Amino acid sequence: MTDRADVKGRIFGLIDQFNKKGIEVSEETRFAQDLEWDSLTVLDFVAEVEDEFDILITMNQQAEIENVGQLVDAVAGMVK
Amino acid sequence: MTDLFTKFDDLIKTREDLLSTGVTDPFNLVMEKVLSPTVAICNGRETILLGTYNYMGMTFDPDVIQAGKDALDNFGSGTTGSRVLNGTYAGHKACEEALRDFYDMDGAMVFSTGYLANLGVISTLAGKDDYIILDIDSHASIYDGCAMGNANVIPFRHNDIEALEKRLKRLPEDAGKLVILEGVYSMLGDVAPLDKMVPLAKKYGAMVLVDEAHSMGFIGENGRGVCEAQGVIDDVDFIIGTFSKSVGTVGGFCVSNHPKFEILRLVSRPYVFTASLPPSVVATAATSIGKLKHAKAKRDHLWENSKRLHGGLKKLGFQLGTEDPQSAIIAVIMPDLEKGAAMWEALLNEGLYVNLARPPATPANMTLLRCSLCALHSDEQVGEILGMFERAGRATGCID
Ligand SMILES: Cc1ncc(COP(=O)(O)O)c(C=O)c1O
Repeated sequence: MTDRADVKGRIFGLIDQFNKKGIEVSEETRFAQDLEWDSLTVLDFVAEVEDEFDILITMNQQAEIENVGQLVDAVAGMVK
Repeated sequence: MTDLFTKFDDLIKTREDLLSTGVTDPFNLVMEKVLSPTVAICNGRETILLGTYNYMGMTFDPDVIQAGKDALDNFGSGTTGSRVLNGTYAGHKACEEALRDFYDMDGAMVFSTGYLANLGVISTLAGKDDYIILDIDSHASIYDGCAMGNANVIPFRHNDIEALEKRLKRLPEDAGKLVILEGVYSMLGDVAPLDKMVPLAKKYGAMVLVDEAHSMGFIGENGRGVCEAQGVIDDVDFIIGTFSKSVGTVGGFCVSNHPKFEILRLVSRPYVFTASLPPSVVATAATSIGKLKHAKAKRDHLWENSKRLHGGLKKLGFQLGTEDPQSAIIAVIMPDLEKGAAMWEALLNEGLYVNLARPPATPANMTLLRCSLCALHSDEQVGEILGMFERAGRATGCID
């Protein structure tokens, strides 16, 4: 069983590893604008999330995800 | 009214800032005269060309030029129609025959550019419920083909075999899958580990498409590309290529042994809904491809040139895109766009043209001076080129 809270905790943990600027993270935090991640960082981060949950996140899905909360929802939906 | 150009304001500003430093606009160079595949007149000055894709120097080949002239005389200046209506002439068929012969494959389709070949094959093969797994550094035409077909697109880290396998493993077993790779990646000039990646794709039931735009004519025993050199060409389902590089004209193609390949002519929109290549172009392409087949001596000389330039630039202290020479592209990594533009201009003043590449075309936001060699660069020219790099590098502080 993986519930949303568990997914959220693990995703926050992964974000920490890439959050070089030490920006405070909430569900509203946006990846491009707030965390200022470039495309290579996004690629590596997505790969980490995919490995952590053993899922695939397509580019089409990524395009819909702007902030942390949306990612948690999407991942929670996939690991159900 | 919202001005639809507002979205380009940042780019306009970056350009203005760069040009306000007084540097020559690197994206506005005009070749006033072209003397040979390796020399042109730019700004009234004789300039060595080290930034073209004319790898095999076919653009002034007398047989190629004669074939083009004959076709102009006999078939006119253009076809004024689509390949599937009035736009297929004997020359288009002969060109496809030359490709089948060159690659030793059953099927060949000629498109109007390489860009359209990627668009036309990828978007048609991989649709809404299919999966495309591709290298993150893939060419724009590959990404555009993916977007046009609406497939599920999954990128993996550049040339990372393990990252590819992890993604293949997670795909639904019965889904349609297409793995897209390139032989030579044009920004850094590095080669893909196709000998590992192609068998992996097959193991997980995926079809494989390899874009060999920058290797055709040069890499591999018969010039068929990296998949030939690494011994996996028989497992590749589709090879995409272009006439705009080694072949020395314009146009694109796909070759394949798939038994149903021909149906693409009816369903591929970038094949159907655009005019076919002019007769002179397919005639020059067919003649050039025929000669490339037997160009072993030129291939050897191009390797020698590439190795010598790579070694020489490294010795001067430049940072290069690859540790060792892997193709005819040698990328010199610049610290930033400003330094890159200054170095580009200093080289031009020395009489050398190279390509300035900057984000977003480049990986990892790099600014690159991309050098691509030609089989017809003489030993003396390569020596001159190294001297120019040394002087320009010192003058701009890129090397000490
Ligand atoms: C890898 C790759 N594929 C396709 C193309 C497109 O070729 P063309 O110039 O024929 O449109 C290019 C050339 O820019 C390329 O580098």
